[in-house]
Order: sequence, then C-alpha cells, then structure tokens
Amino acid sequence: MTPPLPGENNDMAEASRARPKPTPETQHFWDGTQAGELRLQRCDECANVYFPPRPFCPSCASRKVSVFKASGRGTLYSYVINHRPAAPGFTPPYAIAVVELEEGPRLMSNILDCPQTPEALVLDMKLEVAFEKLDDAITLAQFRPAKG
Amino acid sequence: MRRNAVAVVGAAETTELGVIPNMSQLQLHADAALNAIKDAGLKLSDIDGIATAVETPQQIAHYLGITPTWVDGTSVGGCSFMLHVRHAAAAIEAGLCKTVLITHAESGKSMIGKAPRSIPADSLQGQFEAPFGVYGPPSMFPIPVLRYMKTHGITHEQIASVAVVQREWAAKNPRATMKAPITVEDVLNSRMIAYPFRILQCCLVTDGGGALIMTSAERAKDFPHKPVYILGTGESVETPMVSQMKTFDSSRAFTVAGPTAFREAGIAHSDVDHLMIYDAFAHLPLYGLGDLGFMPHEETGKFIADGNTRPGGKLPMNTNGGGLSYMHSGMYGMYALQESVRQMRGIAPAQVPGAKISVCHGVGGMFAASGTVIFTNEA
Repeated sequence: MTPPLPGENNDMAEASRARPKPTPETQHFWDGTQAGELRLQRCDECANVYFPPRPFCPSCASRKVSVFKASGRGTLYSYVINHRPAAPGFTPPYAIAVVELEEGPRLMSNILDCPQTPEALVLDMKLEVAFEKLDDAITLAQFRPAKG
Repeated sequence: MRRNAVAVVGAAETTELGVIPNMSQLQLHADAALNAIKDAGLKLSDIDGIATAVETPQQIAHYLGITPTWVDGTSVGGCSFMLHVRHAAAAIEAGLCKTVLITHAESGKSMIGKAPRSIPADSLQGQFEAPFGVYGPPSMFPIPVLRYMKTHGITHEQIASVAVVQREWAAKNPRATMKAPITVEDVLNSRMIAYPFRILQCCLVTDGGGALIMTSAERAKDFPHKPVYILGTGESVETPMVSQMKTFDSSRAFTVAGPTAFREAGIAHSDVDHLMIYDAFAHLPLYGLGDLGFMPHEETGKFIADGNTRPGGKLPMNTNGGGLSYMHSGMYGMYALQESVRQMRGIAPAQVPGAKISVCHGVGGMFAASGTVIFTNEA
C-alpha cells in the first residue's frame, strides 16, 4: 500500500472536492467534457481504443492516433460505497464506481441520479454519460442509470 | 538467479510496535536497523549496501553513518521490501556489495516526521480518480472486490472469514495489536467503511519498522543464526490507478511476480509449508491464493472459510496475524518478510512445526505493484 491520499493537497481553507488540472496530453479530454462529449482515442494503426489519454498507442506504440467522440454508453463494472473517511466536498455514503465503456476502456465515475445503495447499484447495469460542471474550467464525465 | 546463493542473516523489528509517540519515522528506521545489526552480530561498518523505501537511501545511510557501495531506493508501496530482497540478492551475486541492510519504518499512526502524501492535480490520478471522491486506501483498494466476487462466486461470509482466521493467529502472538477472538458475524456487523468492506476487513494503522540483513550463502554460515536462504523471487508492477487494472478478476502484477518466484525456486505449490499474503484488506489473500496458482480463484473463499489457513490447517497463512490483526504501519511488506524469516528460523510465536519453505507475497499501492520472495532453511 502506501498510496497518497488524493485530495489531500486541496486548498484546506475550503473543503472543496479535488479538481483536475489538464496537461497538454489530456486537454482534448477536458475540452470534450466541457463541450458535452466523452472523447476517447483510437490508434490509427491497430484500432486499439484506450484511456487515459496519451499521444501514442499503449498497445503498438504508434504515434498515429485519433480523438473521437465515444457513445457515452457503458456498464457498471465494480464499485464501493464510501462511508468514511469521506473526501472533501463529498457527503457519505457515496459510490465510487468503475464504468466499462461500450468501446472497451474503463474509467472511474460517480453514479448520479441513483440511490447509493447495493440494492440500486447492480453490477453490469446499463449506464450513460452525464456531464457534471465543477466550475468554468472543469466539467466531469459522470454516469447515471441509462434511460429506457 | 541461483537458488540459495544469498541468505538473510539478520532480521528484526522495532523494539516497540503499535503506538510509538516518542520516536520519529527516521528514528524508527534506525531502531529497526540497529536491532537487525545486533541480531546478525555485525557492526554498522560491516554494511556496504543499503535499501529502503519512502525515506531515501541517502537519508538512512547518513543517519546511520554508512557510506555504501550499492543503494536501492525502489519505492513501489508496501511490497518495496520484497523487491529490495530480490535486488539485493542479485547485487550480492554480482559482487556489487557483500552485506546489505534493508530498512522499513513508518510513523503511520503517530505521524511524527512523516511527509504528507499528496497527489498532484495534474497527474493522471489527480485528473481521473481523485475528482470522484477516492480518499485513502479504504476507498480505493476494495473497488475491485464486488466484481471479483461476482466473477468467481465468492460470498461476503467467505471474505469475512479471512479476518476471523487471522485473529486466531494473532491470539498466539504477544506482539499482535488485536488479539480478542472475532466471528464472521462480528465482522459483518462491524462499522461500515467502504461497502462491501467493514472496519474488521481493513488493516490496522500503527507505528513500527523492521530491517533485514543479507549476505552470500557462503558467508552466511558464520553468523549467529541459522541462515534463511533466498530460493526464488519475482516482481512486477501494473498501474498506479486501480480503475485501470486490466481486470478486477485477478492482479496482473501478482500473476507475474508469484509464478516467476515459483519457477525460479523450482518448487511445486504442495512444497509450501508456510505462506504470507500481504493483507491490507481482506480480499487480498483470495487474490493471492488464486494468482499465485495455489488454486482456482473460485475456490479461494471456500478454502479459507473451511479453515485450511488457520492454525493446524494444511496451508498456514499470515501466521503473525497479518495486517488485519498484527500491525500495519502503511507498508506492511517488511512485517510479512519478518514473519517468514522467523518461521524459517523456527522461532515464530505461532511456529509451524518443521516448516522448510515459506512463500512471502506482497502488494504495493492498490494492486499497483507486487513482489514475491520464497525462503528456505535448507541449504
């Protein structure tokens, strides 16, 4: 173990949730969420779709990769419902989930518009992307139960 | 590496374990190091190789007054010390140094002289995990477990039994932090931390440290204690982001480190007399049993719940009480190694009679890294 505590570097003056800071390699992802798009990358050589963002394919090392708009559809791969300690800006209990996207990659998310209970959070349930604006600079790609 | 070419000739933990409010993290390193040096019958000036994690090798070397010819600052989390053992064995074999000191210490509870941990907001973890409310290991390490349970048909009661069995071992260990017997019901009714895990399925938070001294098997014969030989080792890393593991059904780092060590040792699983699987949380022994090839993952929960790893069982595991009941300073790997060495020396508080081969398997981060060391007391 020995992992750092995410969020511990937050401004302690206000217990706000950890805010991501884009890098040159991830900027397209964060531009996408602001525009209401979940953007992934696909290798032009081997067609591998991957996450998190980087300007080369982690499968074949090609630098020829393209950004594309993902479907926003996924399923619930796994989760915890965190009770304590709660991260700054979160009211427990809250689910921390990993979503498996239709295109293959997985990413971490909260599950919005859903009771945060084992009964409501069923593995493999269908989810859809929901964009949550944190501030003028950052919008998160979140997920909620798919409609219909 | 050659089997049994290098041995542990000194091993000790800090004088105290648990809550140590009168010692900084740096001094805990020194306390463990001085105890191990005494255990080996050496002087500080005999040490020419040094390895440590979190604290830097230069910090420890300077504090102890050592100017080494070989250093290793591999810091991949709680299994760093398994990797140090592997690297030290290779270095001794290669002639880079003769006598290596590996130290661990952590003021995990009292937080004296311990640098605050932080995740930069522009790191990948800071961008793609921290914003979703992960906050320390209890909110992250159990994230894979519901998927593991569904895939492999593991029950909540079976995972709870891990904590129950380890408390049985801890009850035999005077230095264990938690000794009172518990039941599966106690575990499943204890305070919720991060569903599905409750407090009794999460490791302790304590202060302490430990140190090892290694040298060539040739020289090892001249030391006060029976040498504990390095039979096989393995290591790997996967990802610092738990969300990006290849699968939650298994740990890729485990499936590299463990089998590599078994191949190097040239042993079968049935040869293993004693097993340590780093238990920061209650699901880790299940992953370990499956990924190291002891049995299919589907059988791991039942194997533990049926009592096979408890005192008197056919595969004694985590015989010090583990991170759940013995101690857990944050980087528990050193304590697992210490227990393997005690078992191989035949001096463990809950000694496995006649044990000749001990497998010690560690994890770093949230399945981020792994190291395996297989020990034997037979040259």
